[in-house]
Amino acid sequence: MSPPLLDIQGATKIYGGGFLERGRRVVALQDFDLIIPDKPARIVTIAGESGSGKSTLANLVLGFTELTTGRIAFEGTDVTKMSRADKKVYRRHVQAVMQDPYAVYNPFYPVRHVYDMVIHNFRLAETKEQADALIESALNIVGLQAKEILNKYPHQLSGGQRQRMMIGRAYLLKPRLIVADEPVSMVDASLRAMILDIMQRLRDQNGISFLYITHDLSTAYQISDDIVVLYQGRIAERGSTTSVIEQPKHPYVRQLMDSIPSPDPDQRWDLQVSLPDDEALRAHVKSGCRFYPRCSFRMDHCLASQPRLYAVAPSHQVACYLYENAAAAEPTGTSDDSAGAAA
Amino acid sequence: MSEELNQGLGTANRAGNREQTAAERPPVSPNGLDKEVVLAIRNLSVVYPTREASIVAVNDVSFNIFKGELLGLIGESGCGKTTTAMAILRLLQPPGMIAGGEIILAGKTDLVKLEGAQLQAVRWRDVALIPQGAMNSLNPVMRVHEQIGDAIDAHVTPRMSRDEIKQRILTLFGLVGLPARTFDLYPHELSGGMKQRVCIAMAIALNPALVVADEPTSALDVIVQRIVAQNLLDIKNRLGVSILLIGHDMGLMAQLADRMAVMYAGNMVEIAPARTILTEPLHPYTQLLIEAVPTIKTRKPLKLTEGLTHDLRYPPPGCIFQSRCPLVMEVCRRVRPPLKETKPQHQVACHLYDALQ
Repeated sequence: MSPPLLDIQGATKIYGGGFLERGRRVVALQDFDLIIPDKPARIVTIAGESGSGKSTLANLVLGFTELTTGRIAFEGTDVTKMSRADKKVYRRHVQAVMQDPYAVYNPFYPVRHVYDMVIHNFRLAETKEQADALIESALNIVGLQAKEILNKYPHQLSGGQRQRMMIGRAYLLKPRLIVADEPVSMVDASLRAMILDIMQRLRDQNGISFLYITHDLSTAYQISDDIVVLYQGRIAERGSTTSVIEQPKHPYVRQLMDSIPSPDPDQRWDLQVSLPDDEALRAHVKSGCRFYPRCSFRMDHCLASQPRLYAVAPSHQVACYLYENAAAAEPTGTSDDSAGAAA
Repeated sequence: MSEELNQGLGTANRAGNREQTAAERPPVSPNGLDKEVVLAIRNLSVVYPTREASIVAVNDVSFNIFKGELLGLIGESGCGKTTTAMAILRLLQPPGMIAGGEIILAGKTDLVKLEGAQLQAVRWRDVALIPQGAMNSLNPVMRVHEQIGDAIDAHVTPRMSRDEIKQRILTLFGLVGLPARTFDLYPHELSGGMKQRVCIAMAIALNPALVVADEPTSALDVIVQRIVAQNLLDIKNRLGVSILLIGHDMGLMAQLADRMAVMYAGNMVEIAPARTILTEPLHPYTQLLIEAVPTIKTRKPLKLTEGLTHDLRYPPPGCIFQSRCPLVMEVCRRVRPPLKETKPQHQVACHLYDALQ
């Protein structure tokens, strides 16, 4: 069996803590495990609010920042130990689509510049004709017409067009994995479906997996296969998307689901929610569950140590002591099997 | 007027001469509802002149905001919703300018005609703003109470004493659920949600008739968003203030709005009670918006729509939505459909309903 496409084990990223900032350490991501199998391609959602560590994870996978401890392997090779040649292959096979389709273009060049750069840097084509054919096919995938769009400047395109151009650019390199960091949060509602549809088609027809980073659980529910919900750098809950979204278990995830405004006028919010005073939130939970200050089901032993992941169903795990016994009854699930996303 | 705000804070109301006699009361709404019109916008147009052609950002838009209601103004980015709000506050950035129309406050004052000191007197006291990025709208080197105190001080005559101002600020904090210790803090010591609540407290400091809230929760996480949204509803219910809420999140609007107004490319295409917009939208664009809302209830195939918005400098003759409309007819290419009442309280600008009038 071929090694998994992406294999993340115990990934931890701590910012700060250097000589000048002793004591000001921020744990952005802790003990994060994830496996994306070699085949078939999957869309894996990493969900969480700002500060949950989801963008840190994206930066780690893209190689923008290095792990403090842990290991990330791509097709079986540890990314920190790659040779130069391997690294180039990795850079080609893992592509990024960023949140802001306005900021990624150089406003002085026509948009074809981003495509030309890619073709030049990776020597994808020998002749101009080959290059044009490649660009044409990439644009077709994302539903754009080359002659209508390539010579325009970024400001002449809509947000949706710009974002599709970026996905087309990623596709040009025939990647195996696209890290999409909030790709639709700045695109209008009516164009959002188009971007999400392109992601699904690339998965099904081109075998490209996605790490879909978002705070929006509703779009995650619509398109992704697996989901990992982060809270303050730790996994709160993970599993198959349908299982987690339809039967959320962790008190945090349940609160999150309840707070998504429903477009149904018959389902108006009734109960008031409230957060404890910020002071209480900031009180550092040194050991134990990080959700403790905000949890309405908190128990004494939640403060003693961090809960491990307990299996509540096949391919559905929750880091919460409320489910300690559910796991005991089901001895197959252990905390550190990384089946969550892979199963 | 609310009990809470008047306690110990009467000065502002004495200054703000909004107590009206029956004779001065603005006209009731035309559709037979016995509601006071707080703000009436009539044929408002805003243009941004460019070298080639003027961009009409808001095109001949008319609507009412009733007392104590939350009107949701919804549409995609660039549709003119924020421009409309800024025009109401007379805060348009040049070269943008009001090319025509009226913005009538309380049936008397036309905000379009006000200048300088008159305008300053109306802003904050009658019409206040909760800006889009609350994070960035507070002065980082001023304590929270100094900023709110400043706003009160600048707009209330005769001036209030320091103790009165302090009392008032603490009352406001109570209304938006901020702890009293926030009083002496600097903005960087607050979380995003708290900063947004400080902005809400500031907006209602002088008990205005209308608060314009421009995507007040767009930068917040869902749980914090819900709390801030509840604050908005709370001040609406307790103070009877009218709120014009600008946004693009249909879910949030469904939770908060009494009525919704939908804009597309500078034009008002539909206005109706929130429930009607959500359950029986008439305009094809509104229908498209509603269908595009992702939910966590059912997994459904994505609804795709093709078509591009026209170049804003050169709007097509006829209906503004023709290039993307799935139901476009021959007449749509020639005649611009006016916004007409097709059912009670339900206005739509679409030729499909020409027969219904």
